[in-house]
Amino acid sequence: MNEELKLIWKNFFNWVMGNGPRPENEVVPPEPPPDLPFTQKPKDKYSRFHEATLKERYDQWLEIHGLHIFSILYAGLSILTCVVIVALLLATVSELPPFGDENNPANNVVIMRYVENGGDETGAQNIVAGLILDYRAFDTFGESAVLFTAAVSVLMLLGASRRNKKSKQKFLLRPHSLDEPILRGVASLSIPAILMLGCVVVINGHLSPGGGFSGGAILSTALILAANAYGFGRVHEFFNERTFIISSSTALMIYAVSKGYSFFTGANNLHSIIPKGTIGNILSAGLILPLNICVGLIVAGTLYAFYALFSEGDF
Amino acid sequence: MLEKILLNHYEAAAVILSGIGLTNLLLQRNLIKKIIGLNIMDTAVYLFLAAKGYVEGRAAPILIENGSGGWLNSSSLYVNPVPAGLVLTGIVVSVSVTAFALALTLKLYENYGTLNIDEALLKMTEEQEELETTIEEAEEDVLSS
Amino acid sequence: MINSFAYNIPFISIFLLMTAAIITPVLPKKNRLPEKLSCYVIGTVAILSAYLLYSLTSSGQNLAFNFPMGHFPAPWGNELRAGPLEAVLALVFCVSMLLSLTGNFASTAEDIAPNRRQIFCVLVNLLTASLLALTYTNDLFTAYVFIEINTIAACAIVAVKEGAETTRAALRYLIMSLVGSGLVMIAICLLYDLTGHLLMQHMHEAIKVIVATKKYLMPLTVSLALITVGLAIKSALYPFASWLPDAHGSSTNASSAILSGLVLKGHIFTIIKIFYRVFGLDVIHLLRMDTAIFILGIAAMIMGSVHALRQTNVKKMIAWSSVAQVGYIFLGVGLNTTAGIAAACLHIIVHACIKPMLFTAAGGLSNAAGHKKGLHSLMGTFYVNRWAGLGLTAGAFSMMGIPAFAGFASKLSLTLASFDHPFIIFSLAALATSSVLNALYYVPAVIVVLTHTRLPDGQDKDAHKNFTAPAPTNLYKISMFIFLALNFYLGLFCVPLLRLITRGVNVF
Repeated sequence: MNEELKLIWKNFFNWVMGNGPRPENEVVPPEPPPDLPFTQKPKDKYSRFHEATLKERYDQWLEIHGLHIFSILYAGLSILTCVVIVALLLATVSELPPFGDENNPANNVVIMRYVENGGDETGAQNIVAGLILDYRAFDTFGESAVLFTAAVSVLMLLGASRRNKKSKQKFLLRPHSLDEPILRGVASLSIPAILMLGCVVVINGHLSPGGGFSGGAILSTALILAANAYGFGRVHEFFNERTFIISSSTALMIYAVSKGYSFFTGANNLHSIIPKGTIGNILSAGLILPLNICVGLIVAGTLYAFYALFSEGDF
Repeated sequence: MLEKILLNHYEAAAVILSGIGLTNLLLQRNLIKKIIGLNIMDTAVYLFLAAKGYVEGRAAPILIENGSGGWLNSSSLYVNPVPAGLVLTGIVVSVSVTAFALALTLKLYENYGTLNIDEALLKMTEEQEELETTIEEAEEDVLSS
Repeated sequence: MINSFAYNIPFISIFLLMTAAIITPVLPKKNRLPEKLSCYVIGTVAILSAYLLYSLTSSGQNLAFNFPMGHFPAPWGNELRAGPLEAVLALVFCVSMLLSLTGNFASTAEDIAPNRRQIFCVLVNLLTASLLALTYTNDLFTAYVFIEINTIAACAIVAVKEGAETTRAALRYLIMSLVGSGLVMIAICLLYDLTGHLLMQHMHEAIKVIVATKKYLMPLTVSLALITVGLAIKSALYPFASWLPDAHGSSTNASSAILSGLVLKGHIFTIIKIFYRVFGLDVIHLLRMDTAIFILGIAAMIMGSVHALRQTNVKKMIAWSSVAQVGYIFLGVGLNTTAGIAAACLHIIVHACIKPMLFTAAGGLSNAAGHKKGLHSLMGTFYVNRWAGLGLTAGAFSMMGIPAFAGFASKLSLTLASFDHPFIIFSLAALATSSVLNALYYVPAVIVVLTHTRLPDGQDKDAHKNFTAPAPTNLYKISMFIFLALNFYLGLFCVPLLRLITRGVNVF
């Protein structure tokens, strides 16, 4: 009984470790002969000498074991570093202002104005949208530029230069020529819904949670689904590398110019002609709505471009 | 100190998470896992910021109608909106950086056939040594002729 | 007061470069139009910065102004700040960037395919914009965003040259940089939590209160340490500099020049800003960060040179020398006085002018030797490309600190700045040792390049080199001439510049 239990455990353990069940009477392959000690190991470089000097022995030993020892040392050191950093940060956290307290230093005059005057000054019902696209719009412009930089860099790395190689080595994630009725059926139903949802999130960015970044991400999933269901070729008919570059550049340009106008008028105390509208309406909040649409276009295009470039190396 | 850590338990969790991410980033030899570690570290920062923005008993920073056509805009009603903006920036930066790092990793794999940056280094030095010896031999040939 | 045009220049500079970057991908690739556009835009921005510098300094007063980005005043909206120091740095960054591009115009075309060249221009424009934004910004979070742009663009211009080595170098650079950005981001979150502000001057006020009341002093120290380490990784301070030689040594010449001369400086200037404007020098001294930076600076000065001594690849040698030069700058920052920071800024300027020259010259010389980068294969290349040879010689003399060359001026001002400091012995010893070490690897390089390779029987051993190497273009000669002129100008007339920088630091 005990023996059987042991066997079951052993088999289970082997299965967990990925070795598969191994019957007891299986022939175990003979162990390979152990490595010769390093001094006797035949090596071209040292075989000429009958007795290696200490330095040479050291070099030889380092050549064989150096990398191993280095990697152990490195692992130990990096674990130590991380433990020290975590301990330090935990000590820091214990000293930080208490969680959720309204008297914390961060809840100061800055926040008061954002909340109390935000509606009147930006026209946005969503205070965060007013914050990122009006009060601190320069940061958000930089953020879109980060995305643009990354898109352009990935396009450089995976774009045109790989297209030639692609015909030889197939990097395809899955065959798109397959006719998959279930996927297509689901896609034809859900793509319009996803597109609708994305547009709603983008357009209501100044009224409700959401905005260009999250709405753009939703829109890109519709494109990705379409590419998977109908093949990249069908998507490329209306959205390819050229249209991606043109749409992103145009959207970012509109962003830059309109925000540049508002920076310029703000800094020089000029009157800005952009109306603020009534809080709560769709057509309100000045530049925030068009900026959200621009950001949504950039994000949707970029995320789809990432997907297409990574899976096909072409788009 | 433990009590204080428990008081700031969200931040403590974020810090531990960032430690896990950093360990992954430093220890893993596989680049994909390194990049995952990096993403864990970024996520920890978002958790930290989200915890910092929270104020006990207040609503999300979206203006609420007061029932008579106006808006409730007292600052004691809403949580801090700034961390939300910072988290948004952080997410976008993290997406961009991850995509770029993965693209470079793919190129590395195409060039060396490995995802381990040290192995790539070893392969490169071997190739370079071979190249140098062939160049030297060629130069010697030229000089001797 | 300055006129309203000059007042808008910081904004216009960043805006111009950004829009140039955005429209470059849709431009036609014919006639190298994207590159020409980059050069023209960067040149325009250089002229604008020069005008800003002129209008800030011509009245004789110490002028500096804040430029709100939008309709909202300081603690609520983003803000730029410009003074004489920012203006002169912006000018130097633009001029150096322009010369790095024009000087390597021909070699860029050889190394990079036309498709990638267009994207290279986008990245260069973004890089310049982010450098200027880092120079002018008065907001810590804006600085973070532009640091990220800078990181991605910098790694991408390493990888722009196709090849296995550049990919590996760029990946290594990216991963190290990302660790740095992660630490900076955590530190900024901590600082925001402690102070409730993101604008530098308001943070400074809050930090003063923290230091006075001693509440939250420990988190403040940790956040300062994290942000310093994060930015030190990005600016290749010694123990964190292992990524630099690969990245700077393997990329195309223009990228090497831009990365070594400019990208590091953006991060260093951010550290200076955080020390001076966010924390204040007395708080830095209180938290002992100045000593740490001072020691790391000295270590970098020595170890960078020691590593450079062991290199046989000329570009890697120059790259390791950058590590040593970054050490000089951090030595000045670590002195933690106005004079020390002024000297550090002078060295930033000097290095931003010389390092691109050295890389351009090394590129020209290795081109003359038939694209070989080994030091021994550069023998006699001075006689093939004299402008490059002159550039390498002048740059090497400057790095050694020979009087009348630019490096002398900054080393002298570092020495003078360290006189009132308790650690004067260490800083003087380090300066002397490092100069000797610099000489140990730069002099052999110069001798190799200047050695004529004519054999006793009159035959030229390297005759085949002269036939394969194309003659340097006029653009190369002009760029090298301007580099040389800048070198001598900085070496001979550094006193007014140092006075200008000191004024800038006083109104920083």
